[in-house]
Amino acid sequence: MTTYIHPSPSAADAVVESPTAAPATGAPAPATGAPAPGVASAPAPKPRQGLIHGLLTNPKAMVGAAILLVFIALALLAPVLFPGDPSRITDMASLEPSAEHWLGTTAKGQDVMALTVHGARSSLLVGLTVGFASTLVGILVGLASAYFGKFIDEALSLITNVFLLLPGLPLLVILAAFLPPGLGTVILVLIVTGWAGSARVLRSQALSIRSKDFVAAAVVSGERAGRIMFREILPNMASIVMGTLLACVIYGIGAQAGLEFLGLGDVSTVSWGNNLFWAGNEGALMTGSWWVFVPSGVCIALVAFALALINYAVDEVTNPRLRKIKAAVTPANPERSAAK
Amino acid sequence: MRFILRRLGFYLIAFWVSITLNFLLPRFMPGDPVSRMFARSAGQMQPEQIEALRKLLGVDDRPIWEQYADYLYNIVTGNMGVSITRFPTPVTEVIASQIGWTLLLGGTALVIAAVVGNLLGILAAWRRGGAIDSALPPLLVFIGSFPYFWLAMGALYLFGVILGWSPLRHAFSDGLEPAFTWEFISDAGAHLVLPALTIVLVSIGGWMLGMRNTMIATNAEDYITMAEAKGLKPGRIMFRYAARNAMLPSATAFGMSLGFVVGGALLTEVVFAYPGVGYQLLNAVQGLDYPLMQGLFLTITAAVLLANFLVDILYVRLDPRVRAS
Repeated sequence: MTTYIHPSPSAADAVVESPTAAPATGAPAPATGAPAPGVASAPAPKPRQGLIHGLLTNPKAMVGAAILLVFIALALLAPVLFPGDPSRITDMASLEPSAEHWLGTTAKGQDVMALTVHGARSSLLVGLTVGFASTLVGILVGLASAYFGKFIDEALSLITNVFLLLPGLPLLVILAAFLPPGLGTVILVLIVTGWAGSARVLRSQALSIRSKDFVAAAVVSGERAGRIMFREILPNMASIVMGTLLACVIYGIGAQAGLEFLGLGDVSTVSWGNNLFWAGNEGALMTGSWWVFVPSGVCIALVAFALALINYAVDEVTNPRLRKIKAAVTPANPERSAAK
Repeated sequence: MRFILRRLGFYLIAFWVSITLNFLLPRFMPGDPVSRMFARSAGQMQPEQIEALRKLLGVDDRPIWEQYADYLYNIVTGNMGVSITRFPTPVTEVIASQIGWTLLLGGTALVIAAVVGNLLGILAAWRRGGAIDSALPPLLVFIGSFPYFWLAMGALYLFGVILGWSPLRHAFSDGLEPAFTWEFISDAGAHLVLPALTIVLVSIGGWMLGMRNTMIATNAEDYITMAEAKGLKPGRIMFRYAARNAMLPSATAFGMSLGFVVGGALLTEVVFAYPGVGYQLLNAVQGLDYPLMQGLFLTITAAVLLANFLVDILYVRLDPRVRAS
């Protein structure tokens, strides 16, 4: 189906319009900008504006975004708020929370508050990187699967299903054990074990859009494969991509913490998972130093909770059935349950 | 029948992938895990055992396809080499001595979580917007936001250290020998409660929400209205008419979790120092015991694949639509 390749895809293809495609394809002006929902300009169709507007007026989304922004600000400001190396060992060991050390100190005399704030940097960085990267892999695999079909779909689906079935945590442990320790390893390992879930969800969504008439029209008019995938199909699944991205970031933060807690991360960096690893290692709980152990866990939970709130908000905005609890009962939406 | 054969083929491919992964990892990783391991255990190994290990981990000069054929043959015949940390016990023996504890812990937690979670889901869907339906889901989502190991450590601290209700580690007290005596069984039970409860706490939400969502769809079916019109007792409609038809996704999920029982309890076993395969896997990683690590990973994968295959067979029995297509 891609034997006929159009020589100049940009301007000529604007003739073929999809009913709800990205504003970039719909506009007669030269197509510019990424197909992100943010570029919804004047001639943008209604549903896309609805997503942004809906999220801005959704209390869940705003609470989630506020929590997230606070943590991002803390992570960025960490060197200003707590200058110096937070893991420097001092002689003020195992102090309870006080005016001087708001969250007390560890058995090695490190300030827990500084460790927690500095830990946000690595945890958020790894979580976001893993989230974006595994969503990207998922998009590529899912779109290629749905668009090309046939043998490519069979092969990609097989690989996806095998990765879904391999037990995640043991695979993480094995991979981390063989690879040289470091932040790059942690990120790589988490992407390897995390992409398959998003690929499956995105493939099923892309499949249903692939069968729509406007995609067939684009194929017939000779648009290039890449353009159809990323300009015609992808913008129409923006909300499910967003949901997948959020779920992947949650996965990345949680899995990094778990891996580091097992001592398989890079123990020299300061992150929430490593803080908990050291807390366990130094027997913080056995000696009753709960203040060493609580903050990092609560931070992970708050970030995950904030992301989950935004995810629910996206669901609510894009799926009217979920907006009111008292609405008429409907059969479970297969795509929705697949996304969970 | 075709369906079953297709699935069987898929699981065989998946198993082959994990064997190949196991084969390739030590051979293509940067650095040299093998020499590290040899350095650690040099004093206590016989020359022929070193030779066998070299073959297993690929430190010989034969062409790679020959090594691969050899490796496949060894795995298929159940020869996974000798454990380094527990020298000279064969890997298969180490795994056999521990998998029972994992099955006990994971199985108990799974059954409790599935039964209680499904019941809560049925009740929540039956009284939509009622106390269970509105209070529990947000609470469970909030609990689910915490890292599992963090909750487990918190529970261990609260109930083990402060309150002293629960033993702190291991599956039974020191000095007891595993035997079918009342003393041993009650002791093992006491060690089981807290680890199992922490798993139940974090996994119950998924069961409840899944059941609730299917049940809501089932409640809208005509035969429910019909049953109500006939004047049947609500309890009978709820369980025999609605819940029974909503069970199918839960049955599938149960089978899949059955597979993850073997590998999924890794963090639990680490936090509670419970002597199962997950705890052993981490010990093997820390002790650079590569043969044991690989053997454990293959065992866990095999268990997951086997459980999924059994679910597929069961599914054909439960759902006539699969048989028809």
